[in-house]
Amino acid sequence: MIQGSLRRIGAVLVKEFLQLRRDRPTLTMMIMVPIIQLILFGYAINTDPKHLPTTVLIRDTSLFSRTLMAGLKNTDYFSIDYETASEREAYERLQKGLTQFVITIPENFSRDLVRGDRPAVLLEADATDPTASSGALASLSGVVDGVIWKDLTGALGHLKNQSAPFVIEAHKLYNPEGFSHYNIVPGLMGVVLMMTGVMMTALALTKERERGTMENLLAMPIHPIEVMAGKIAPYMAIGYVQAIIILSAAHVLFNVPVLGNLLWLSVALLIFIVCNLALGFTVSTGAKNQMQAIQLSLIVFLPSVLLSGFMFPFRGMPEWAQTIGSMLPATYFIRIVRGVLLKGSSFVELLPNLWPLALFTLLSTALTMKVYRRTLD
Amino acid sequence: MTDAVTVHRLSKIYGRRRVVDGIDLTIPKGKIYGFLGPNGSGKTTTIRMICGLLKPDEGSGTCLGFDLLTQAEEIKKRVGYMTQRFSYWEDLTVRENLFFVADMFGVKNKRARIENVLESFGLHVYENHLAGTLSGGWKQRLALAACSVHDPDLLLLDEPTAGVDPQARREFWDVIHRLAESGITVLVSTHYMDEAERCHEVIYISYGRIVVQGTTDDVIAQAHLTTWRVEGKDVMSIKEKLKGHPAVTTLAPFGDALHISGSDARALEAALAPFRKTVGLTWTKEPSSLEDAFIYYMQRQDRQEG
Ligand SMILES: Nc1ncnc2c1ncn2[C@@H]1O[C@H](COP(=O)(O)OP(=O)(O)OP(=O)(O)O)[C@@H](O)[C@H]1O
Ligand SMILES: [Mg+2]
Repeated sequence: MIQGSLRRIGAVLVKEFLQLRRDRPTLTMMIMVPIIQLILFGYAINTDPKHLPTTVLIRDTSLFSRTLMAGLKNTDYFSIDYETASEREAYERLQKGLTQFVITIPENFSRDLVRGDRPAVLLEADATDPTASSGALASLSGVVDGVIWKDLTGALGHLKNQSAPFVIEAHKLYNPEGFSHYNIVPGLMGVVLMMTGVMMTALALTKERERGTMENLLAMPIHPIEVMAGKIAPYMAIGYVQAIIILSAAHVLFNVPVLGNLLWLSVALLIFIVCNLALGFTVSTGAKNQMQAIQLSLIVFLPSVLLSGFMFPFRGMPEWAQTIGSMLPATYFIRIVRGVLLKGSSFVELLPNLWPLALFTLLSTALTMKVYRRTLD
Repeated sequence: MTDAVTVHRLSKIYGRRRVVDGIDLTIPKGKIYGFLGPNGSGKTTTIRMICGLLKPDEGSGTCLGFDLLTQAEEIKKRVGYMTQRFSYWEDLTVRENLFFVADMFGVKNKRARIENVLESFGLHVYENHLAGTLSGGWKQRLALAACSVHDPDLLLLDEPTAGVDPQARREFWDVIHRLAESGITVLVSTHYMDEAERCHEVIYISYGRIVVQGTTDDVIAQAHLTTWRVEGKDVMSIKEKLKGHPAVTTLAPFGDALHISGSDARALEAALAPFRKTVGLTWTKEPSSLEDAFIYYMQRQDRQEG
């Protein structure tokens, strides 16, 4: 009984592998898609943009202010292209996206500095694009230490011995979550796995129907679960290969860290891949031909691109979008990958995202078994 | 249990159309039954219902002792179904296809069995060719081989010899008869008259209903046809003139001769009378052929359906 079942699953598995091996274009595509996507999006990861537009709100014109601005320029990150004394104008520029940073040099900056009161220079960053400002923000400490010191000579020399003559307070606006700029990698992994997983299984079954082999398969004594199990296995292998490609490329090319335990990641991968393949099965039952299968897959796949936290930070989305997003398996998978790679989350920390993912997989498998027709009707 | 298939009032409805309309059918074990009927008459649909691929909308029946409606899985294990359209995997080799089928049906001694099948169907030459690269006739041969790998008790063959050359067709039928002798029951649909004549019985369906059933002699006799053969100069002009005559059911040229059939012997005589006097023509009464009978049934059915 079990033996017969395993034999049938094995036969379907071998058949799928053989067919896949002979279908070079598809195979190439499944390996190339993650690489191409990563390189395309990797652009966004890797950029350490320099010469960002900076507006200075000058409340104190003095030698020190000038030196400070020169120092900021020297970091190569800040390109001071606008100076104003009007607070309203400065913030308007920030809001309109005309400038990336607003630097406020407070009133009596030089007086306080000379007195040793350690005045604070305020730097506000538009962090909607976190990648853009993180490099610049990181360079700030150097400015304080290195730049002004050369002006502290003579009678002011004693100020050098203090910890720092002034401080720069950096505020990130619009994205207080402090989204990591490596975030694209978990997102990409979720999106690529979902796209290929759903579409490939949907196509695999629709092909059988289009070529008439489905009639033959249905006439044989094989249970739908066995068909699914056999068909899923090769795509599971491909899913793992894709995940490995993305991970290693991200690690080698863009220095994306792996802080957590990869074991939990591979568990999540397994659950997520099965979920996608089950969805693909379901999609295929609603498609009459391969074209429809592709279109339906895209419909299933699109919300996950937009609302899973891949395109936009999840907490930055409107509530309705968050509600939809929390009904997508990709959302949870991306969080798990982010947790493992970037935060080094433990199993317990991952659990709140693991169980919904597992639940989705159970539901979509059950759904597939329900809609999978055992006759030609 | 001497019947392989018994179905009662079997129907399939697509939309409003009764594609199969109350078919009653009994096929005894070890017999070869021919399934005939015009295109779209419901042959494929009936076969699919018998092997559990389609759920009948009405009626009931058993196949190899199992209920059509509730035991489809048991039926599938014991039936070899050869689809009308080639349905094996074109991107697998002949051998891989056979192995797959053997695994699906849990065939014991797989290797030996497949060697055996390759041998008896002459498929050894092509065993490592992709099925998709085979010619039409060889594809049919592969399909027949594949659906008999698991020693089924019932073979359902849907136009197995479409596009097969005469020599291969004869070999096909030799195989079918050999299988029947070993106790397998065969239901085979075909459009070829010579194949119908090789069956123990034929079933003729039209518009989803059985029109006539029996041995070929029965089927011909039940048509009550009279057939004249006329030979000589200019028989084709007779054909033109008789076309559409109510007493004439079929007009078929065979080389220089013309076969004229009608169901009412006297009316036919009357229709032919004007031509009988023409010199240079020889008239002979012929036994009606199966084809004459089928064309008669087809036309009668078309008239009834309007
Ligand atoms: N899935 C379907 N949906 C709607 N109509 C269908 C379906 N399958 C078959 N039909 C219709 O049922 C009728 C019978 O089809 P079937 O294939 O059984 O005929 P057939 O006797 O096998 O014909 P042929 O000799 O051409 O193979 C046809 O008119 C066909 O259009
Ligand atoms: Mg047919």
